[in-house]
Amino acid sequence: MTFRLRDLLALEPLTADELTFLLDQSQPFQTIQRNPLKKLATLRGKTVALAFFENSTRTRISFGTAASRLGADTMNLQAEASSLKKGESLLDTVQTLNAMKPDCLVMRHASSGAADFVARHLDIPVINAGDGTHEHPSQGLLDALTIRDRLGKIDNLNVTILGDLQHSRVARSNIHLLGKFGCRFTLCGPAMWVPKELEKIGAPGVSIRRVFKLEEALEDADVVLVLRVQTERMHEPSISNEDYVLGYQLNAERLRRAKPNALVLHPGPMNRGSEITPEVADGPQSCVLEQVTNGIAVRMALLYLLISGGPEDVPSEPQAAPKEEPQPQRNRRSTDKKDLSHASD
Amino acid sequence: MLLIKNGRVLDPASKTDAALDILLHGEKIAELAAPGKLTHDHKNAEVFDATGLIVAPGFIDLHVHLREPGQESSETIETGTRSAARGGFTAVCCMPNTKPVNDNASVTRFILDRAKTACGVRVWPIGAASVGSKGEAIAEIAAMKEAGIVAVSDDGKPIATAKLTRQVMEYCRSLDIPVIEHSEDVSLAAGAVMREGVTSSRLGLRGMPAAAESVCVARDVQLAELTGARLHVAHLSAKASLEQVRFAKQRGLHVTCEVTPHHFTLIDEDVQYDSRYKMNPPLAAREDREALIAGLADGAVDAIATDHAPHEPALKDVEFDKAPFGIVGFETALALSLEQLVHSGRLSLMRMVELFTTGPARVLGIERKLAAGQPADLTIFSTTHEWSYNVSHSPGKSRNSPFDARTFRGAPIATIVAGRMIHRT
Repeated sequence: MTFRLRDLLALEPLTADELTFLLDQSQPFQTIQRNPLKKLATLRGKTVALAFFENSTRTRISFGTAASRLGADTMNLQAEASSLKKGESLLDTVQTLNAMKPDCLVMRHASSGAADFVARHLDIPVINAGDGTHEHPSQGLLDALTIRDRLGKIDNLNVTILGDLQHSRVARSNIHLLGKFGCRFTLCGPAMWVPKELEKIGAPGVSIRRVFKLEEALEDADVVLVLRVQTERMHEPSISNEDYVLGYQLNAERLRRAKPNALVLHPGPMNRGSEITPEVADGPQSCVLEQVTNGIAVRMALLYLLISGGPEDVPSEPQAAPKEEPQPQRNRRSTDKKDLSHASD
Repeated sequence: MLLIKNGRVLDPASKTDAALDILLHGEKIAELAAPGKLTHDHKNAEVFDATGLIVAPGFIDLHVHLREPGQESSETIETGTRSAARGGFTAVCCMPNTKPVNDNASVTRFILDRAKTACGVRVWPIGAASVGSKGEAIAEIAAMKEAGIVAVSDDGKPIATAKLTRQVMEYCRSLDIPVIEHSEDVSLAAGAVMREGVTSSRLGLRGMPAAAESVCVARDVQLAELTGARLHVAHLSAKASLEQVRFAKQRGLHVTCEVTPHHFTLIDEDVQYDSRYKMNPPLAAREDREALIAGLADGAVDAIATDHAPHEPALKDVEFDKAPFGIVGFETALALSLEQLVHSGRLSLMRMVELFTTGPARVLGIERKLAAGQPADLTIFSTTHEWSYNVSHSPGKSRNSPFDARTFRGAPIATIVAGRMIHRT
């Protein structure tokens, strides 16, 4: 198949073939993570703008590392240092960044749809690194890659997602990706965090059910995705940590309800002793650190595909690691915007 | 003197649906007669040939925001009324949430003064129910009434407490003026930017349930019964709210309601990350829209009102959850009504006209009919003219419409206020 991404704003609109392509494209970059010398020259001379309007450590470092391992330069904008604090609009901020001529914008923002909104106004590729409570596409991809590595497939799995589903962009991206491969979802948490509408957010035919009792939700699970309790997104009083631990903490005993080789994923940062016990987090079923390593591979693949345009045709076999020459530029959109008033020279 | 000839005259008040000539003299209607049968001398009259067009009483919009005083970068009384005239409206009721709030007679008089030098659309101000619409003390309603307000409302939000709502209702009953309520339980709606449902869950946008509106309507209906006041529910959007209004009407209470064109046209599933789909109350569920259309047809709904809410691009062109609520509505109201209600076969043309004329007039307690001696306010429109809406051509100052570039069949053709043609397409 030939598949050229303009932006990566969400996984929801992508087909199973397109998602498979993205996972396959990440594989050669996984290999590179194990090399003693990890730096390629694939994107030498390119610049990736990292605009994080919401606090982030791991995702920002992961994208920054991915860019640098591809040989690209980065420009960093962090909310604290930005002029947003001085009253500048999001649009003005990103158009100013764009005028510095990056080749790609990676952005995180607390407002759902912010990346979508920005992408409509910019001519460079935009990667959504998390928008509000909507999606976190690169996280969805790295989770799927991790599952595929461990279980050999991502088809027809029983996936239990645990915690604050309503506010989780990670859960949405996982549902939109794995749902395309026939996975069945069990959402579990206190009812006010698992609204019934979530049962219908998948594509038609995707099985999503709510279960409020953890032990029942874990029955027959192939994958358990544990979410962090996001107190910063709560608009209403949260339940106490003690109550949460009592009802929903994933511990070794509860995990035994799942299939014996069931995987445990967590997008991080983890609150050990809250949503997950250290025993489970560090146990053999935990994939937490692989997720982090795979995150760099997935993000390298995304930057490579969006900036270089990627391969013309994708063979069904995984690609060899990209050559170290700059890729030919095909169908690149100009980075020259209409507002040349910002342009220097 | 102006002669409107050969039009199809629709007058809900007298149930007239006939080809008639209408002669206007000065600010009044002089005579209606079968084509060519006028008895008054009209040889000096200017003639408007309305062949193939509908001639109706002047349209009234019960719910508009003209943004003056205070937010003139989004709209002024001048630009807003020009847009209203283009939409076929001869009178508009402007909400008091200006800066300063229209909570005293001097602001009311300022608005009426500005309207005098505008394009000619009648401007009927609505006064605030409470001082500053803050929900603490009752505003100077009697003084504002003397200055010219036609109703009170704290629109943009509900009257803050049940107790104050009761007091305002009692006072307004004694003044014989309707209380228009923006029905919303603000705690249920807090932080929400659209209707709660599958779409809000998919998009990760915070939703408010239908109950955020309907629990407030239920409360107000009971307070209307307690006080005997005239309650008008603004921009009603939920099926459950309409059921409350039906219940009130069955009990013989003085309760009325209005529905906006966007609520009978769009639903929550249409929402994208585009602030032109953000309004309050938010676009509702499919079944709500269906219930609203049924209510428009059977009389449970009294009026179509636009909730024309201009916001300049700098305010609207931001992240969805940071944008203000509201869209402009004057110039698409009639065309959407024809498209969604009449061409679709759900309402008769007469019933649609009623929702723009005698319906809102009854809410205000005034007459609206075509008869000799009545004010010469007329809306002339086509049910067949094909056109597409280009919001950038609007005389209004703002561009926040989700209907930009939509193609329509049927359009306002001429707007006449007090015998004077103030707009002609």
